[in-house]
Parts: sequence; structure tokens; C-alpha cells
Amino acid sequence: MSFFKKHIAWLIDQLLCLFVAFITGVRPKRADTLPFTPQQKVYFANHNSHGDFVLVWISLPRKWRMHTRPVAGADYWLTSSLKRFIIQNVFNALLIPRNSDNPQAITEQMANALTQGDSLIIFPEGTRNTDDNTLLLPFKSGIYHLAKAKPDTEFVPIWIDNISRVLPKGKILPIPLVCHVQIGDAIKLQENENKEEFLQRCRQAMLNLAPNHFQAASNPTGEAS
Amino acid sequence: MNLAPQLVPQAGYIFVSVFIALTIASFIGQMLKRQYGNSDTISNLNARIYAWWLMTIVLLCAFWFGRIGATVLFFLISFAALREFMTLIYRRRIDYNNMAVCFYILLPVQYYFVLDQWYGMFSIFIPIYGFLLLPIVSSLSGSTTNFLERTAKTQWMAMICIFCLSHVPALLTLKLDGFLPENNILLLIFLIAVVQCSDVLQYIWGKLVGGKKILPSVSPSKTISGTVGGILSATVLAALMSPITPFSTFQAALIGFVICVMGFLGGLAMSAIKRDYGVKDWGNMIQGHGGMLDRVDSVCFAAPVFFHIVRYFWNG
Repeated sequence: MSFFKKHIAWLIDQLLCLFVAFITGVRPKRADTLPFTPQQKVYFANHNSHGDFVLVWISLPRKWRMHTRPVAGADYWLTSSLKRFIIQNVFNALLIPRNSDNPQAITEQMANALTQGDSLIIFPEGTRNTDDNTLLLPFKSGIYHLAKAKPDTEFVPIWIDNISRVLPKGKILPIPLVCHVQIGDAIKLQENENKEEFLQRCRQAMLNLAPNHFQAASNPTGEAS
Repeated sequence: MNLAPQLVPQAGYIFVSVFIALTIASFIGQMLKRQYGNSDTISNLNARIYAWWLMTIVLLCAFWFGRIGATVLFFLISFAALREFMTLIYRRRIDYNNMAVCFYILLPVQYYFVLDQWYGMFSIFIPIYGFLLLPIVSSLSGSTTNFLERTAKTQWMAMICIFCLSHVPALLTLKLDGFLPENNILLLIFLIAVVQCSDVLQYIWGKLVGGKKILPSVSPSKTISGTVGGILSATVLAALMSPITPFSTFQAALIGFVICVMGFLGGLAMSAIKRDYGVKDWGNMIQGHGGMLDRVDSVCFAAPVFFHIVRYFWNG
């Protein structure tokens, strides 16, 4: 990457973090408050909005962020040169072909990034959850295949609260609301653990981080208040 | 914009006294910590004192730039308060447009009227135009579920966080009998100092004397002794501050008493909202205090009353 590009990317990162912190109140966590190392982690979070991966990104300690790569859909991000610059140079994302017939290639791509020491940000729901009454969609099995391919990798559950209302699907103006990013303890694939068990355990680890008012509101009859 | 300092000397003396008081408070806080260890109450006390240092410095910096500085500061305080209030009440995506109207129209326009010193519009913009605009936007969303309730919540939020708080910098636009407009910053300092000291003194009296709770179902920590002691001692403080105001000693005490009572009752009303929504604090923005609204709830209720007393009786 050229000198010029690198500095523009740095500036965009700083401005973006400042802006997102102003809108949501989320700030980077201190490295010594997180009980795990930054290398070869898979951060998996709930997916409500386009803003999700930025929130996870800025809440990680700045130094950690430099070798953490969001996993993003190539079809969306490669459509314009600005998007391409932001996703590749600012976020250094791992671009994957969505809707491909070869899920194994994607798993391999992610496993390679982990082998190189990078960490990844993924959203195991696969798609954005846009229903107010559903807390968390079922997980896609990709996270299990990745764990199977790299069994020594630690998976870190993250719960993002409120971002769905800051920037609902199809809107451009963000509504400033206080958001929270809860980072849980890392979990690993256990021996003889099958797909359903692992997915269930990951899902539960994530749900445990959701704030109480949400957990209470997840019953279908009650409106969250 | 004039960047030269615009702080009148009396304001300087007040800030010096506040800094001396904070130094003493910090000293006592450290003594308590050394003697009794870092219990929850003591570490909360020290966090509060530290936050007071920061808040006083921010106020000083803003007031340094006169009317524009104070207006910008309260614009940001309104922003933070609105963000907290909205975080609590905005749960349905259908209300998106209403929330956008609050942030992108009502908030900046109201503060524009403050800067523009257009009192006629400033005083009715949110109570009337906001009142009409929000339900219109709501109805355009096409959803009728809990319509009145949803609109009322949004209007409440706009009134408290934008309208009421904007009365603080609006004090700077007054032209009072026998009081130079450049001294208006002293009215602002009088209001903030009396209301905030009332809160602090209520806390101190409550911790020192303890005793029966005043309304445990609404505010589980406020005691009768704390409330009465806090309000009365803040009233004395208001009387002592009369030389920097256009008020006589007795008038200052009376006004001080009224705004302290308003501040206390405002705190109760805001507390009732929090209880209803099952939260303890509005946010976690200011360490030891909770959120911005936890800090300024009493100012929200005291500011309009203070503004109108001064404006009516001193022909502002």
C-alpha cells in the first residue's frame, strides 16, 4: 500500500471512530480488561445493521484492531471504488463470495487468515435481523465448519445492543442512541462436540450477554419497553 | 467571533471558590479512602468529585467564549440528554422518522433561536410546532398502534431535553432592568451553582444524617433529612450569591428556594420514568453520576421557572 493511501486510510479510520463514538457513545475497550489475547480469535456478533462490524471494530483496543479483519461480502463491497478502498484499506476486510456454491472454499479462506495470525469478525446469523420481536436468528453452520477446520481457535461472543435502531435497514441518517458492545469469554470447540451442540453453545454464549430488558422482551407477546 | 476571554471578574471569583471547594472535597475524599478503605460509597464519592472537576473545567472553558460558548455547550448537553432519553424510549423501528425529527430539526432549530435571540419563536417552537409536527410525522408512518402513547413519549423527550435545557443559555439573551447584558453569564452561574449545590448538599445531608426515605417507591435513595437540609442550605448559598445578581438578599433566597424545590421535584419525576422502565441510571456517561440526564434532570425543571421569574420581575 502506498504511503499516501496508508495515511488516508488511517485518517478515515480515526474520523469514523470519532463519529461512531459521538453517535453511539461506544469507545475502545482497554486491552487489559479483556481476558484473552488478540491473536487468532474469531469474534462473532449479532447482526442487526450495517453499522455492526464498525461497532465491533471500534470497541476493540486500537492495537488489536490492526490485525483484526471483518469478513464481508465481496458482491456488496466491490461495487464502487470508494467502497472498495474503505473495505480493503481502512478495514482490511476478508472479502468472501456470498451465495457461492462452494462453502468449503470460504471456510478455507478464513482458516488461512487465522493461520497467518489475524483475527476475524463474523456474523453467524448470516443475514441482518430486521425483526423487532426476534432477538437472534438461527446460526448458519459456517462457524462450526471453521471451528472444525481450526480446532485450536478461540471464539469470542459479542453482543451489540441498540445499533438496529441507530441505522435501520434502508435508512441513511443515523439516530444517535447509546449503544453497548458486550464482549464475553472465549470458547473453543470441544472434543466430540457435534454441530448442533456447538452452534447452540455459541448462540447461548451470545444471548447471555444481552441486557436483561432484552431477554425479558424476547417473549413474542411482550413489546420491549 | 471574538476569541478574547469574556469572563466578568465576579464569574472568575465564583470559579476560584468552586475550585477551592473541590480541592477540599478531593482532600476529604482521599482521607476517607485512606481511613476506611475503598468501599462502594467512598469510591463513588471520589468518582463524583473527579467528575465535578471535569464538569467545572468544561463550564469554565465554555463560559470563556461568552454567549456562543455557553450555547454550544448546552446544545451538546441537550444532545447527550436526548440521546439517553431516546435510548430508553425508542424501541420500535416505526418511530424512526419521529426520532430523526427530534435530532435533526427540533434540536438545532431551537438552539438557533437562542443564538438569534428570537424570544417569540424560542418560547413556542417546541411546545406548539414540535407538538404539531411530531404526531403528523407519526401518522405518516402509517402505524396506529399505541399512537398517542408513542407521540406523547417523543414530545416529553423533546420538551425536557431540548426545550427546558435551552432556557439555560437563553438567559444570556435577557436585557434586565439595572443589570448589564454582559453580566448575564452570572445569572447562568447562579442557576447552575444553586441547583447543582442543592443536589450535592442533598446527597451530603442524606449520607451524613440518614433517616427516613422521602418517597422510596420513586427515589430509593433520597431521605427527608437530605432533601430538607439540602434545599435549605442551598437557599442560604443563593442568598450569599445575591451580590453577583440583580436580586436583593431576600429575593435571591426566595428564588434560590423555588429553583431548588423545582429541581428536587424534577428529579423525582425523572426518577419515576426511570423506575417505570426498570433502569437505575439514564446512562454511564459521567463516572459516579450515571448519565448526563442524571446530572441535569434538576436543571431541566428549574431553568424555565428561573428564566420566567427573572424575565417577568426584572422586565427582561
